[in-house]
Amino acid sequence: MITQQVAPISKLRHKDLLGISDLTRDEILLILETAEAMREIGERPIKKVPALRGKTVVNLFFEASTRTRTSFEIAEKRLSADTLNIAAGTSSVVKGETLVDTALNLEAMAPDMIVVRHAYSGACHLLSRICRAGIINAGDGMHEHPTQALLDAFTIREHKKRIAGLKVAIIGDLLHSRVLRSNVQLLTKLGAEVWVSGPPTLMPPGIEREGVRTTTSVDEAVEGADVVMLLRVQLERMQGSFFPSLREYFTVFGMTRERLRRAKQDVIIMHPGPMNRGVEIDSEVADGPYSVILEQVANGVAVRMAVLYLLAGGAEHETAV
Amino acid sequence: MPVIMDADRMGRTLTRIAHEIVERNRGTERLALVGIRTRGDVLAKRLAKVLEQITNEPVRTGALDITLYRDDLMRHVVGPQPLVRRTEIPFSIDDQKILLIDDVLYTGRTIRAALDALIDFGRPKEIQLVVLVDRGHRELPIKADYVGKNVPTSLQESVQVRLSETDGTDEVSVSSEHE
Repeated sequence: MITQQVAPISKLRHKDLLGISDLTRDEILLILETAEAMREIGERPIKKVPALRGKTVVNLFFEASTRTRTSFEIAEKRLSADTLNIAAGTSSVVKGETLVDTALNLEAMAPDMIVVRHAYSGACHLLSRICRAGIINAGDGMHEHPTQALLDAFTIREHKKRIAGLKVAIIGDLLHSRVLRSNVQLLTKLGAEVWVSGPPTLMPPGIEREGVRTTTSVDEAVEGADVVMLLRVQLERMQGSFFPSLREYFTVFGMTRERLRRAKQDVIIMHPGPMNRGVEIDSEVADGPYSVILEQVANGVAVRMAVLYLLAGGAEHETAV
Repeated sequence: MPVIMDADRMGRTLTRIAHEIVERNRGTERLALVGIRTRGDVLAKRLAKVLEQITNEPVRTGALDITLYRDDLMRHVVGPQPLVRRTEIPFSIDDQKILLIDDVLYTGRTIRAALDALIDFGRPKEIQLVVLVDRGHRELPIKADYVGKNVPTSLQESVQVRLSETDGTDEVSVSSEHE
């Protein structure tokens, strides 16, 4: 049980969750605390509560996803919402329908919330302007992936009982990572000391302005770290050459047991998945005693339940005025 | 704000209810207390202590949060959704006699939600209801098995239960809404 920080508010004033950048520190704490209560539901014999009975949630995924989509679907079902999944490959998108038209057609069927993943940054913002339904960003291009950052924070809090003052090293393909952007926002809002490291070619320009320390030396980033978070090398988003070879990437930036010795004794290893073993992370580390990678997946359901529950309440306030 | 129950009286009331529970159930075998958050779970712990003193047997307690089972969830036009707290029932309720405990019995809707929530945890042999105060105005066919005090109230009044663990003092008072 985490009791040291108590959220002084009890609702979100938003209709949508588009990014961590829209959330205040108190709102983040409220989501994390609500997730604490939601996690217990997953430990019951009957893993279902009637909170969102009669609400319809559409999972609209324009990009491949197993973890996030499944996690949202389980979260929705545990709250008794009616859910339906639309994968771009099997929808009218392949017939040439635009994002806006797809959204307007869905909207005409009056869903209460739409969970969206899209390859373009800003797709969720566009939908939030044209839809009455609440929009939850499940990853938009290289922009944000807010529920991933929330579940990461939940997992860190569970192990460290706090976030303020921790040294968190985020290492990998920084440039293409929406997980990085959401995590930097969240962790700095809660007072962590965030270090980012990776090849200079994959360092997003201006990242220092976000209040993080940058280094191209993985050893410097890992030195005394409480949390080491690896990011996937996103080959599918790379046009052109950012480093000589995957083998060389692993030699210079891959997380091995030797490198990890520089971190704190009780360091935890995180990865948002899917992992490239032998590229950004050595199997020995991924499956090792410090790894909380599968806990992250388990916590994802509780965090998404909290977000769905709190937004469903928030959406009602917005439309009822 | 008239006080209708002070600390002394509250202590004696809980002792009397504990004796009633022991009498009706012939002891505390297969009995467990589940309190409704937030004050019912405090009362459950206190009642368990009294029961243990009477019978010299340990009594199990749990806490139930009914927020996600409320029938008015998502219906409020203004005002925040209540904060969801953790439900903690660290034992199987299958085939047990469950004493459900709340501070104030009013419309009965909280108890309806609590019954739904409890039954999601298993199939108790029996559920009995304990309340510290019954203020009337039921909207559902629900009746308590053990009542600390019956307090006739008007709809304009509100009943406040304060407990030393959560509020620093033991006291039940009635106030009118506009005070």
